[in-house]
Amino acid sequence: MIRWLLLLFLGVLLGAIVHLITIMILPRTATQDAYLRLSPIAPINTVVPVPPPTPDRALMPFMDPAFAGAVCRYDLAQGPVKFSVPVSLAYTSVSFYTRNDIAFYAINDRAAGRRNIELDLMTTAQRADLPDEEDVTAADRLIVESPTTTGLIVIRALAPEPGLMPMARATIAAAQCRLRSGSNASR
Amino acid sequence: MRLLFGSLFAFAIATIVGLGATYLALTRGAAFGALRIGAWTAWPKTGTSEADPYARANIARSGQLPIGLGDGVSFSAQTDDNGRFFDGRCDVILTGNTPTARFWTLTLYDTAGHLVANSVNRYGFSSQEIVRWADGSFEIVVAPRASAGNWLPTGGVERYLLTLRLYDTAVGVSTRAGKEVPMPLVKTMGCP
Repeated sequence: MIRWLLLLFLGVLLGAIVHLITIMILPRTATQDAYLRLSPIAPINTVVPVPPPTPDRALMPFMDPAFAGAVCRYDLAQGPVKFSVPVSLAYTSVSFYTRNDIAFYAINDRAAGRRNIELDLMTTAQRADLPDEEDVTAADRLIVESPTTTGLIVIRALAPEPGLMPMARATIAAAQCRLRSGSNASR
Repeated sequence: MRLLFGSLFAFAIATIVGLGATYLALTRGAAFGALRIGAWTAWPKTGTSEADPYARANIARSGQLPIGLGDGVSFSAQTDDNGRFFDGRCDVILTGNTPTARFWTLTLYDTAGHLVANSVNRYGFSSQEIVRWADGSFEIVVAPRASAGNWLPTGGVERYLLTLRLYDTAVGVSTRAGKEVPMPLVKTMGCP
C-alpha cells in the first residue's frame, strides 16, 4: 500500500514537471501564432494594412472590429528601424510585439503628445553603439529597445462609429516603417 | 516484475496529470494576475513583457495579439452575474457604467474569437455610439431579435462571449476590484 502511494506521489510529481515543460516549450513550437499568421501578408520593414475581421474571415481571433489596423513586421538585423504615423482625430495607438507576440511596449497618441508618433526601434546592442553626440539629440526622440531582432509593430486607429472608418484607414495608410538611413548597414 | 508495473503506473499518472493540466490551462485561459469584477475578467499583465508562462502559451496557441498595457485593457465575460453561460437565444441586458477610459468598445465573439454574422452587420458598440441616460449610464440589450435602444444582435448562436476593451485607461496591473472600477451588470432576462 505504502509502495503504491509512493508511486502515485512520484507520478504526480513527474506530471507536474511534464506540465511545466510543455507550457514553457509551447510558444516555441506554435505554428499558428499571430506572427506566423501575419507573415504571408507582411513583407519585412514595410507597413501593410491588416484586413478588417468579418464573421467568415479574420486573420487573428479576437480582433476589434472598431479599429483600422496595420502591421510592420520588423527585422533589426540590418540596423535600426524608423517608424512614424500621424495621429487620427479619435484614437491611435502603436504596439510593439516580440517574435513571440509579447507586447513589450505600447504608446497612444495622447502619451506621444504630438501630431506624429515618431519612434526609433533598435536592439539593445544597436543602442549601445549609438555615437555619443547622436544620443544627445536622441533626448527628444523616442527610442524603443526590442528584446528580439524580429517582431511586429501594430498600428491601430479607432473609428468611433462605422462611418469614420475611411478616416481611420487613411491615418493608418500614412504610417511609415523603414531602415534608418545612414545607419551602419554592416552590422 | 513489480518494478516494471510500478514504473508503468507512475509514468501513466505523470502523463495524465502533466498533459491534462496543460490542456486545462490552455482551454480555460489560465494565467496569473486576473482582475475579476462581477462577470468580467481581465489579465492586464498579459499585455506586458512580464507576461507569465501560462499567458505566453495561451497567446501562442490562440494566435491572437494581446492588447498592450500602454494601449488598453481587455475585459471579457462568458457568463452573466449569476454564473449562467451566455445563450444567443436569450435576452441579456448590460446596465451601468465602465471604468474611466478615453474610449471603450464592446464586441460579441463566438467561443473561437470570430465575429458572429447577423442581419444588420453589427458586431459591437463603441463608447461614442451608445445612447445613454441622463446620468451617463447605459443599457445594452444583447438579444437575437431587434430591440429598441442599444441592440447588439447575437445571431442566435448557442454560446458567445462579450469583450469590453478600455482604451487609454488608468485600469492596469495595480488595479483592485472595488468601487472605483464599475463594470456593467450582466443579467439574463428572458429565454424563449
